[in-house]
Amino acid sequence: MHKTACIITAAKFVGYLVRLEIPDRPVSLTKEQVQHIAILARLQLEDDEFEDVVSKLSKIVDFVDQLQAAPTENVVPMAHPLNMSLRLRADDITEADNRDRYQENAPSVESGYYLVPRVIE
Amino acid sequence: MTASKASDALHLQTLTELARGLAGGEFSSRELTESLLERIDAHQKSLNAFITLTADEALAEADLADKNRATGAGGPLQGLPIVHKDLFCTAGVRTTCGSKILQDFVSPYDATVVARLKSAGAIMLGKTNMDEFAMGSSNETSFFGAVTNPWDQKMSPGGSSGGSAAAVAARLVPAATGTDTGGSIRQPAALTGTVGLKPTYGRVSRFGMVAFASSLDQAGVITRSAEDAALLLNAMAGVDPRDSTSADQPIPDYTATLSDSVKGLRIGVVRQHFDEGLDDECGKTVKTALAALEDAGASLVDVDLPNIGLSVPTYYVVAPAECSSNLSRFDGVRFGHRADNVKDLFDLYCRSRGEGFGAEVKRRIMTGTYVLSAGYYDAYYLKAQKVRQLISRDFNQAFEKVDVIAGPTAPTTAFRLGEKTDDPITMYLNDIYTIGANLAGLPGISVPCGLVKKMPVGLQLVGPAFAEASLLSCAHQYQQITDWHRQAPEAFR
Repeated sequence: MHKTACIITAAKFVGYLVRLEIPDRPVSLTKEQVQHIAILARLQLEDDEFEDVVSKLSKIVDFVDQLQAAPTENVVPMAHPLNMSLRLRADDITEADNRDRYQENAPSVESGYYLVPRVIE
Repeated sequence: MTASKASDALHLQTLTELARGLAGGEFSSRELTESLLERIDAHQKSLNAFITLTADEALAEADLADKNRATGAGGPLQGLPIVHKDLFCTAGVRTTCGSKILQDFVSPYDATVVARLKSAGAIMLGKTNMDEFAMGSSNETSFFGAVTNPWDQKMSPGGSSGGSAAAVAARLVPAATGTDTGGSIRQPAALTGTVGLKPTYGRVSRFGMVAFASSLDQAGVITRSAEDAALLLNAMAGVDPRDSTSADQPIPDYTATLSDSVKGLRIGVVRQHFDEGLDDECGKTVKTALAALEDAGASLVDVDLPNIGLSVPTYYVVAPAECSSNLSRFDGVRFGHRADNVKDLFDLYCRSRGEGFGAEVKRRIMTGTYVLSAGYYDAYYLKAQKVRQLISRDFNQAFEKVDVIAGPTAPTTAFRLGEKTDDPITMYLNDIYTIGANLAGLPGISVPCGLVKKMPVGLQLVGPAFAEASLLSCAHQYQQITDWHRQAPEAFR
């Protein structure tokens, strides 16, 4: 396959955005929903694992659904496990350029770029 | 009862005893390292506690440590062998995180924990087996196969730091690092009769730890004594400019306060932790341990954590949400497994991830994707973060009345390999007593406190934020009046 060098940015790759239908409770998931979630998560599921995923994921979602009963009016959602705020640091360059070393782990590189299948015709 | 002492074979000695032996010239670091490597070699096949061994590097470092010792140079852990959970990045030595997707990954740098222990003089013998991406409570989700429990090899050692726990319990190494997101240090420590310390969130840098759930993950240790855990925490703790969530708080000398008496210590006993779900015999064993602390001068106070029953469902929203975000970095482009013959970029992402991740990791990524997706965010993620706040508040209120909270670490002793793999919820409920500390960012320690049908039981102590010193001294004092931590599994004495 011909490969084109390109730099991937999140903005360039919009992908397959799928909006999920909101079901009535109970929330056990349908096969279609699980397929949508798999696409959002960029996970290919094989046919032989699909049924198991649907059944186990449904169990998990049903299990966490018990949270709905908890009274949480006026409770501030937790944003840090100790309710602390994070430090800021000076916007200085502190790391050296280690691109070549980091790219040793890449499956496919050329001239310092990561190679992926052609995305721009 | 077989209790070991400093004159025992090297593998039975604690880190503290070995440090004394090295300092006194009773043996060299090379002799120690060689003897432990031999033991590891003899038992690796049946325990599967290691993913990678670094024997040659370890021996070279041991020689260097011996040389440094002769000239008076070196840190407090000079020449002492330890092992790292294979979730800590180690420069030049592969870091797999128990996953196929990282099976050939070689980190270009050391995790801060690894670097600090190394600069204190510790020698790494290898990298330990673990549940894939630390997602599991039995070590069975590892791409490299399950670890067996040294106390009964039909049983699981717990997880996710199962390899670290099994290696320490089997007396292959005196100490190992681990990580704890929902109980992954404390639960395997309980199930293998070892000590497991999870410090306060931010006490130890997470830099170079492969991230699972960034608001819950914390690095810690598995050892055979509280004293050893204190020694290691001294080297590991502290702020790190490379981890903005690491805490800029003073670090006490944790070994200095170990001898503090428990007289007057107020120990909270959580009513909810002795409700149904806890095995009767385990409950009795833990109560005996609490009585021993009371005899030593501590006072037992009943406390309530009214929302603790929601900790497992809260965790299974928050942790998968963070996991789905963190694990999006595994894209088959920059590092890790890449699928062959891909059609396009979308196919490359989906198939590289589909092939690289195991079943439990996929379930967690998908659960997280679901609870964060449009239309569900408020109902699940935001709701869970509110309940998390309630759970945290419960702990804070309890700590107005008591100094530490004590109870069981796990609901049962070790379970059979394969017993819980079919039902994720049953597996998740293993962490029912440990997850609260992660949600509230608090330090916790599990200490061996007895045997039920020849299998170890753990006593868990949880303290206020940054109160590791009181947990360690309480645990150490308990180990002065009991010797459960000295008991080795029969086949590994």
